[in-house]
Amino acid sequence: MPNQTNTNYVISADQLTKHYGDFAAVNGISFDVPAGESFGLLGPNGAGKSTTMKMIGGVSQRTSGKLTIMGLDPEQHGPEVRAHLGVVPQQDNLDEELRVRDNLLVYGRYFGLPMSYLKPKADELLEFAQLTDKAKAKVDSLSGGMKRRLTIARSLINEPKILLLDEPTTGLDPQARHILWDRLFRLKESGVTLILTTHYMDEAEQLCDRLVVVDKGQIMAEGSPSTLIREHSTREVLELRFGSERNATVAADLAGIGERLEPLPDRVLIYTHDGESALEQVTARGLHPITSLVRRSSLEDVFLRLTGRSLID
Amino acid sequence: MTSQHTGMPEPSAPGGRTAQPTTTVRTLSAHSPMVSAERARKFGSWYYAEHALKVMNGYRWTLLAYSVGNPVMYLFAMGVGLATLVDNNSAESAFGGVSYLAFIAPALLSSATIMTAATEFTYPVMDGFKWRRVYYGPHASPLAVHQIVNGYIIAISLRLFLMSAIYFGIVAAFGASPSAWGSVAIVVAVVCGLSFGLPLMAYSASITDDKGQFALVMRFIVTPLFLFSGTFFPLDTLPVFLQWIGWISPLWHGTELGRVLTYGYSEPLWLSVIHVAYLVGLALLGWVLARRVYERRLGQ
Repeated sequence: MPNQTNTNYVISADQLTKHYGDFAAVNGISFDVPAGESFGLLGPNGAGKSTTMKMIGGVSQRTSGKLTIMGLDPEQHGPEVRAHLGVVPQQDNLDEELRVRDNLLVYGRYFGLPMSYLKPKADELLEFAQLTDKAKAKVDSLSGGMKRRLTIARSLINEPKILLLDEPTTGLDPQARHILWDRLFRLKESGVTLILTTHYMDEAEQLCDRLVVVDKGQIMAEGSPSTLIREHSTREVLELRFGSERNATVAADLAGIGERLEPLPDRVLIYTHDGESALEQVTARGLHPITSLVRRSSLEDVFLRLTGRSLID
Repeated sequence: MTSQHTGMPEPSAPGGRTAQPTTTVRTLSAHSPMVSAERARKFGSWYYAEHALKVMNGYRWTLLAYSVGNPVMYLFAMGVGLATLVDNNSAESAFGGVSYLAFIAPALLSSATIMTAATEFTYPVMDGFKWRRVYYGPHASPLAVHQIVNGYIIAISLRLFLMSAIYFGIVAAFGASPSAWGSVAIVVAVVCGLSFGLPLMAYSASITDDKGQFALVMRFIVTPLFLFSGTFFPLDTLPVFLQWIGWISPLWHGTELGRVLTYGYSEPLWLSVIHVAYLVGLALLGWVLARRVYERRLGQ
């Protein structure tokens, strides 16, 4: 019987672990997602995000730990769990030999949905994905952004209450990403629970109510984007570039300015509540960076702080 | 429950037309996930077969042209061209007392299903796992892995059946299937195709890097089988040290059975039973292995 203890949460993971041989891809992560929340897993490539998504999606077996989706264990109730979900995988896997609309129809049949429902639904979703005029096109004639939108449309054919999005906008140009974010935001507004992995901090900030920062299969921090920034970084960041040879050596001369200093190969970051005054202090010491930039702290800084590495290698 | 319908006329709108329902926009809604799961558990294999058939439907003219053109071409070249020479130069008993055309027709039929199976169970499988990753879509749906395997087999079996039926029709039109049991050879040809195709499906699913293995399969397995399985001449005319190729070849077993059915070629009953057992056994073995390899690979 379904486990009734976690029914307040649509997804509940407790010490979830997945090993590939000796390698722990996911190493004891725990989180709960209430209905309607937009929950993100932020981390670099190889952090274990996709593996976690596969376990939630009921297509990969966990090594240990507990996991329920809608109170169901995906390993015992695979078809039932998957029937609740919409899945947007990291790599598109549309059937390129079928036409755009047929991809939706065929996918809907996997849920046993009748054609009387599927035909109007497919048209509705094509409109949502702004692909109506491509309905009869071959999939391989679509741009990357269009394929992505079609994949999202496909994932909605069964009207899922939970949508799993694995790196939904990776590889897309900025305009295509904004169109996609807009669509996802509408879904969120309509009450769909979004589970999203990304290594783009702006994506996480745009879409996630709450997120976990994941690195090496473990959760490093958890909270809303603004809380995470508040807790793990300063309000502003001063970015200085002195040229690649000097960044490291000049760092010593900058000591004491701001709350914290982060010398990187290509720039020096000064974490401070007031970037402009920090910059004045820098110039007052007779140091003249090639470029300087004051910006708000972002999740990138949170990640850097927590792991000592940047999100995108 | 008794009907409450009184036979009263429907309320009419002014102008005498039937009143429209108040909501003009029909709201769509999917059945519940539990219903989806239940249906997928029951009919998932058919749902995947539907998908595969829909893809094939996109190539229907190509497939049809192949299914008609291939037998016509072979039967003309071998059965008419070569046969004229062979029939005039061999003893009447050389091919069991039948024309050369009747002798090779069942072999051509079985080799056609094997060739097709060799195509359908190699590149498309690689496509599903690696190139276009077509399997990963249904894998995320309520379908189970074994249903993807079954569904694909169902679709290909159907294709083999249609192809064999057309082939057999043409063979019969050439007058090369005198026996009343001839049409059963269609089913034998399908099983023959699967007995070669399903183990190949398991093998294809196990390949992670395409290093030209499929071309090797075609060159070093399919072609020798085609030549040395009693296809163009009885197997016992080969030197003994080559005859084993026939014994392990599904093509030989399928062809011999086909000959029994189409022109009443006489062989001991036990041998026919062995043919059937061998073909069905290979197909079953391939099916079990394919399911296992698919489960392992998709479940990673």
